[in-house]
This record gives sequence, C-alpha cells and structure tokens, in this order.
Amino acid sequence: MSDNAISVQHLVKRFGETTVLDDISLEIPRGQVSCLIGPSGSGKSTLLRCMAFLEEATDGSIFIEGAPLGFVYDGAGKRQRQSATDLRKVRSQIGMVFQQFNLWPHMTALGNVSAALRRVRRMSKAEAEEKAMVQLRKVGLENRAGHYPSQLSGGQQQRVAIARSLALEPKIMLFDEPTSALDPELTGEVLNVMRGLASEGMTMVVVTHEIGFAATVGNQISFLDQGKLLFTDAPSKVFAKPRHPRLEQFLDTYLDRGASTLV
Amino acid sequence: MSWKLFNLLLEASLMTIFVSTVSILIGLVLAILLSAANLSGIRPLQWFAKFFISFFRGTPLLVQLLLLYNLLPVIGVQIPSLVTAIIGLSICTAAYQAENLRGGFEGVPTGLVESADMAGFTPVQTFFHIRVPIALRLTLPALINEAILILKASSLVSVVGLIELTRMAQNLVASTFMPLEIYASAGLIYLVINLVVATAGRQLERRLPGVGGK
Repeated sequence: MSDNAISVQHLVKRFGETTVLDDISLEIPRGQVSCLIGPSGSGKSTLLRCMAFLEEATDGSIFIEGAPLGFVYDGAGKRQRQSATDLRKVRSQIGMVFQQFNLWPHMTALGNVSAALRRVRRMSKAEAEEKAMVQLRKVGLENRAGHYPSQLSGGQQQRVAIARSLALEPKIMLFDEPTSALDPELTGEVLNVMRGLASEGMTMVVVTHEIGFAATVGNQISFLDQGKLLFTDAPSKVFAKPRHPRLEQFLDTYLDRGASTLV
Repeated sequence: MSWKLFNLLLEASLMTIFVSTVSILIGLVLAILLSAANLSGIRPLQWFAKFFISFFRGTPLLVQLLLLYNLLPVIGVQIPSLVTAIIGLSICTAAYQAENLRGGFEGVPTGLVESADMAGFTPVQTFFHIRVPIALRLTLPALINEAILILKASSLVSVVGLIELTRMAQNLVASTFMPLEIYASAGLIYLVINLVVATAGRQLERRLPGVGGK
C-alpha cells in the first residue's frame, strides 16, 4: 500500500453547468494534517465532502487506504456505483466532523457517542457507553455525558461530535470548517482537541478559515480557487515570500480584518 | 338524571377510550410504515402509500365504516364489532397521521442523516433511530390534535354495532326520554377526556428533549 491515506485522482464535480471541482488530483499523506484553504465558493468543502462520498463526483476517482470510494469500474471499464455494503466498509475508515455539528438532538452526549457502537458495532449498552465515556473524557466532556445537544454550547457540541467520530476508531478524520459556526471565544477549545489529535498522529484533512491553525498544525496546505487546486505544499513554503499572487490576495483579506498576526 | 344513568355513560366511555387509544396507536404504526414506503424510493410502494392516503383522507369515516361493516360478511369474514371498529378507525387515522408525519420527515435536517451515514448506519437504522424520533417530535402537536379528533370520531363506530359513549347515550335517551341531560353529560365526558389528552400532550412536548428542531 502506498503511503497515502487518501488519493484523489482527476476529480471533477459539476452542478448542472457550473464546474465546482475542475480536475483535482491530491494525495493525503498518512499520519499528517492536510489543510484545504481558499475563498468561499472555491470548492474546498465540496472536495472534502467528496472524500466522504457525501457528494458524488461527476468524474475521477478517490481511494481511501487504497480502496475505491463510491464508484468502481467494471470489467468493461464502465464507472458504476459501489454497493451500499462496500461503501459502508470503506467509509468506516473515515470520521467526519461537520460545520453544524449534526448531533442527534434526541440523544444525550453519551447517547450520540455510543449510538453507532451499539447499532453498527453491535456492542452491549454497557460496553458501548464505557467506550463512549473514554472518548468524552478525551475531549474533556465526561461531566456533560447526560446533557442533550440543546443544553451544550457550540464548542461543547463540536467536541461531542469529534468524540462521536473517534469512538468508531477511524483511520482518517475529515473536518469541514469545524469552527466556522462557533463564537470566536469557543473556537480555541475545538482547535485544542484537534491539535491533540494531530500530535497523536491521526491522519486529518481540515477545511478551515483558521489560517493560523493551518500554518502551525498543518503539514501540507492546499490552496483552492474557483474549483481549481492551485498548489499543495508545506506551510513554510506556502507562506514564504514571494507568494502565489492569488494566495497573497486571499491573505490580504485576513490582514484587512486584523484576524491574523501570522501572515 | 340519576347517578345510575351517569355511571352507565361512564362505563361506555371506557369503551370509547379503549377503541380510540388502540386505533391511534395502530394508526401511528401504520403511518410510520406508510412514511417508510414514501421514503423508500421504491415506486410501487410510493404509489400504494399515496393511493392509501388520498383514499382514506378523501372519503368520510362514516362511509368507510359502513362500507367495511357491509363488506366483511360478503367476503366471509366474521369478526366482533369491536375489531371492525378498531380496523376502521386505525386505517382512517393512519392516513391522517402519515400526512402529518410527512412534514416532520421533511423537517429532519439533512446533516443529521449525513452524520448517521458516516457513523455506518444502514438506511433502515437511520429511519428508525434518527428520522422517526425526530419526525415524531416535530409533529407531536399535530399528532395530539389527531388523537383528539379520533376520540370524537369514535362516536361514529356505533354504526358497526359497538356500544360506546354516544351509542349508550342514544340508548338511554330512547328508554328515559331525557335527551338534554343525557347528551349534555356525554358531551361533558368527551370534553374531560380530551382536556386530559391535551394536557398530557403539552407535558410531553415540554419534557421531550430536542423538540422544535433544536
């Protein structure tokens, strides 16, 4: 097997006439943090959602740990939908954290984290809840286990969502703008959990507007603009001057807002 | 009016409560199955659900009950009037509850289904563990409303020969000639039952976590 956890090859995504992703090829190395940055509408979230098959690409392929995701080619070279069972198997290696948390509102924090352990992994209630508590402790929320999502702050909800993904022991974690829906003072607690995960060697793909996080935690940064992947490189190279003119322009909008001292 | 008469009405109201409760619950199960058919993406199932709902919403309950009552002997089915009443009411309320639930199912945020997909749930698991509980919470006020309507509509099942509150009242009026007292008492009993249902419904709404799309 190659060293790459995810391999994206010539990915194209069109919504009707609009091309959202234009021939994207990208390798996500194992055990590293890969950040996708770019202006809104650049296609970075769509690319991440394709990596979880929450969006179906129009053309091209994605491999997760060497296995095709979503589509397979039959003997005649014709592209076909993967069976639901195979899709679930490939997906079981991926954890996904959403911008809107997407916790199930009728379950407690503990219920959210243990649900799939019980229903999918067929663990007993006691065993599932024990494993779930380990994850809640890891994100610092063991004392909120009995709370419903509506009783938690946004930052706490996102940490429960991370715990819910981690409970299934994925090899890869995808983060879709995990702090964009949070008040600024709550982003820190979520980013800290993500830093902890990165230091444990989790393979992570992060779509983010947190340029500081990308620069300090990221091992590789990909810059997308208008559906095209302009470049992928180490942060030290990406942010070193002279910069790509389009990136310079993008970073200027951050400086204008005084949001970053780093760039 | 004597206590003896009032007691007879109260006893008959137990039948009203029993027939309505059982029908509402069976109707809810049928409504969830109709919703599953609608969401299944399987065309014949969707057609069946649509036909079922439009037929039973589009014809009067009284006509449905009379049809059922006269149809069963023709096709050689002999069942007690209690069962006939429950079948008739269940099927009718299933159509209405399914239509109420449709709005609830449409209100389940896509993201909650996506997170279930990512957690490895099968579509059937997602339906029962995520979609149904959330849809039920979103439509709880409408479902309580439907329960009250069915409690009142159960007065129609006397046409299949079941003695419930309304039929008992009619019988007592025939033998005592006290229509005002007896019908007013029957109305009062219906009112009290429905106040209890409405209050219980509001309590349930308040206590269930995650109501209101939160």
